[in-house]
Amino acid sequence: MAVTQGEAPRESFRLSMLLYDTRYRSYTIQIFALMLLMLGAAWLIDNTLRNLQALGKDFSFAFLWNVAGYDISQRPIEYDSTMTHGRAAVVGFLNTIILAIMACVLATVVGVIAGVLRLSNNWMVARLMTVYVEVFRNIPTLLWILIFGAIMTEAMPPPSAFRGDEPTASMAFFDSVAVTNRGVYVPAPEFSRGLGALDLGGVQPSLNAIAFILVVALSIWANRRLIAHATRVQNATGVRPKTWWKSLLILFGPVILLLWALGFHLSYPELRGFNFQGGIHMRNSLIAMWLGLGIYTGAFIAENVRAGILAISKGQTEAAFSLGLQPGKTMRLVILPQALRVIIPPLISQYLNITKNTSLGLAVGYMDLRSTLGGITINQTGRELEGMMLMMLIYLLISLTISGAMNVYNSRVKLKER
Amino acid sequence: MSDTHAQTVAFVRDTMIPEQVPPVTERGAVKWLRENLFNGWLSTVLTVLSLLVVAWMVLETGPWLMRSVWDAGSLSECRRIWAEAGVPAGACWGVINDRLHQLLFGFYPPHLYWRPVLALALLLVALGPILFPWVPRKLIWFSAAYPFMAYFLLWGGSIWLPVSAALGFVVAGAVLVLLRPLGTLPATLAAFLAPLLWWAVAAGPFASVMSDLLPVGIEFVRSDRFGGFLISLVIGVTGISLSLPLGILLALGRQSDMILIKSICVTFIEFIRGVPLITLLFTASLLLNYFLPPGTSFDLILRVIIMVTLFAAAYMAEVIRGGLAALPRGQYEAADALGLDYWKAQRLIIMPQALRIAIPGIVNTFIGLFKDTTLVVFIGLLDPIGLSNAIRASSDWQGIYWELFIFIGAVFFVFCFGMSRYSMYLERRLRTDHR
Repeated sequence: MAVTQGEAPRESFRLSMLLYDTRYRSYTIQIFALMLLMLGAAWLIDNTLRNLQALGKDFSFAFLWNVAGYDISQRPIEYDSTMTHGRAAVVGFLNTIILAIMACVLATVVGVIAGVLRLSNNWMVARLMTVYVEVFRNIPTLLWILIFGAIMTEAMPPPSAFRGDEPTASMAFFDSVAVTNRGVYVPAPEFSRGLGALDLGGVQPSLNAIAFILVVALSIWANRRLIAHATRVQNATGVRPKTWWKSLLILFGPVILLLWALGFHLSYPELRGFNFQGGIHMRNSLIAMWLGLGIYTGAFIAENVRAGILAISKGQTEAAFSLGLQPGKTMRLVILPQALRVIIPPLISQYLNITKNTSLGLAVGYMDLRSTLGGITINQTGRELEGMMLMMLIYLLISLTISGAMNVYNSRVKLKER
Repeated sequence: MSDTHAQTVAFVRDTMIPEQVPPVTERGAVKWLRENLFNGWLSTVLTVLSLLVVAWMVLETGPWLMRSVWDAGSLSECRRIWAEAGVPAGACWGVINDRLHQLLFGFYPPHLYWRPVLALALLLVALGPILFPWVPRKLIWFSAAYPFMAYFLLWGGSIWLPVSAALGFVVAGAVLVLLRPLGTLPATLAAFLAPLLWWAVAAGPFASVMSDLLPVGIEFVRSDRFGGFLISLVIGVTGISLSLPLGILLALGRQSDMILIKSICVTFIEFIRGVPLITLLFTASLLLNYFLPPGTSFDLILRVIIMVTLFAAAYMAEVIRGGLAALPRGQYEAADALGLDYWKAQRLIIMPQALRIAIPGIVNTFIGLFKDTTLVVFIGLLDPIGLSNAIRASSDWQGIYWELFIFIGAVFFVFCFGMSRYSMYLERRLRTDHR
């Protein structure tokens, strides 16, 4: 039998190979898809241009520098109706962020408590938490927001109920918090020897806040150094020096000193005239959104927390016990680090959901990014295309930032396998 | 042996002591209470706290519910009834009685209520073969025809419009069968293009010619007459049934080796997931006019359905991608080793397993989509929440909140809770590991 040597006969390229040969077929499909995509994009852009021309509009973002002419009830930075649409959008953006952070904190606290309690041996508590989770998960957010809004405006006492010799309502927490149908009044931090504010043209960050953040950051850094030093000493000598009182001193001493130096005190809300004055006024819209989003999302977080704890096999607890660890240390050193790996990714995607759901603020009149830039500004200027694009871009940037942070976290805690 | 034993101990019992009842703290209700409610001080505190919470809720809402009034035409009538009975205000369920039809159907013509009701009944029949294995398999053809029947029942008009739309799929099937000898890929491509051609060129004339020849039809109902739970169900059911196949395609595209296809899918998914649904709905209502050829306009409900479907499909794609990622690599390799081509491997090996893993996530996405149908209130469609605002704006029912919220919430709860229970049943049914 003759042994064939050398290469197989080279197959020449035929046109049908574009369809039948798997080596080329993927290129055919991709080029086909690219053509479709470009055709579609060209069609959309062409339509948009022709529509804009027919309406006599151009495509420009100059409207952001025009006078807005509308008021915003909740202003984290200085704003009035003579300022620009751009400024109004920034105010709305800040309101969105404030609400998102508040709701994330509330949802985490509620969710972790409910998730842990749902696993409790206590029959009553576990059932109660199951009812909470199922009721809140299966009814739309929007309805919850409206319900909390209605509770605030309809079921809470008016400020006049706090007046008189025999008031029908009283302030909570040692006369410091007033819950009325016009909103909630809480004490505000004030500084009698404050440092004033920086003037950065438009925004005026408070120097007090900056000093506070700086001092806290420095103390945390110093405390880290202290603990690292203790670990080094332990590694060298086998004896860990006592650090808890030094930690306490480093963490709280400078902060208390700073607050004292700035003359920190709380200003309490007081009933003056027809309404409460002083303190921080949290409007009903903010409260309704905060409670609605926070407690609704808390039910989802509770499920994530429960799933995370259940995902850790019982063998881990038993192994820790057989090493002689106490139950508290078992939880802290063995169970939680593993459970967190399961809990945190869905937790962050819930934060993402909260941030996106803040756009429901319109339902109770909360002036977030969607109500300012995507609502009144669009209506006044007739710039739907530009306004919506800008708004979507901002939401997209927020989302991508959060999910980027999640990816960094995920890659840091990923199981290191061979 | 027994002798020595008898000498070392003075007494050996040769009968068992009769079994005694356990102490009272170790049996029956007391044991259960001790173990489940008062197991340690923390548990006791929790029990007391939760009892307080339950008692507070019952005391707050119980008397209010006890004073319910069912038969009243307005809130003032309710108030008069309470005043006559000399009790404080209670629940005025008269509003549900009075406006039930509106909450269910919106402004759908009352003499045509049988049409949505029939559509819903047929929906249950059509869902049967999809949801439960014991329903006869032949019914699946009814399920396939259902969307066109539902469209005809809900909107009405000439019967030839849904028929000509359905014929597109018949054309696709016919082309696929006829061109099979030419090879799979050309046949698939042709079967993909032929119905598009049919809808673009022939469907319109066919429908108009047929309705001239044989005018069959029922009364046409405009989209702005739709409202209430009817609109939630129409958007929800359509979105759910369209987002699953679209989500599967997107997930496969994202896993694909083809760079271009992959990047298109990733961009689409990340964009949709990055913006709130409400901005997409506003795009549907405000911006779509910019993107379409001048002068075209199509139904708002249809636009909303498209947007909701795209939105849910992006989330669905991520859920299914999770299912695909959880599948061991060996399954892909085994499918390749059997010589299955890509689509056969997906259809027979990969998808059945990946979808089973992803069931909880898929159903969660469905539930989310159904709840999100309430957001259409922001673009002026009268879903239940929009109607509750409208009812409150009427002089009869000004100031009524809780009764409407409770009713709407209860209906949503029933649907969503039902879906989540079904997903648990499905997981149990499809579980193939050790049982």
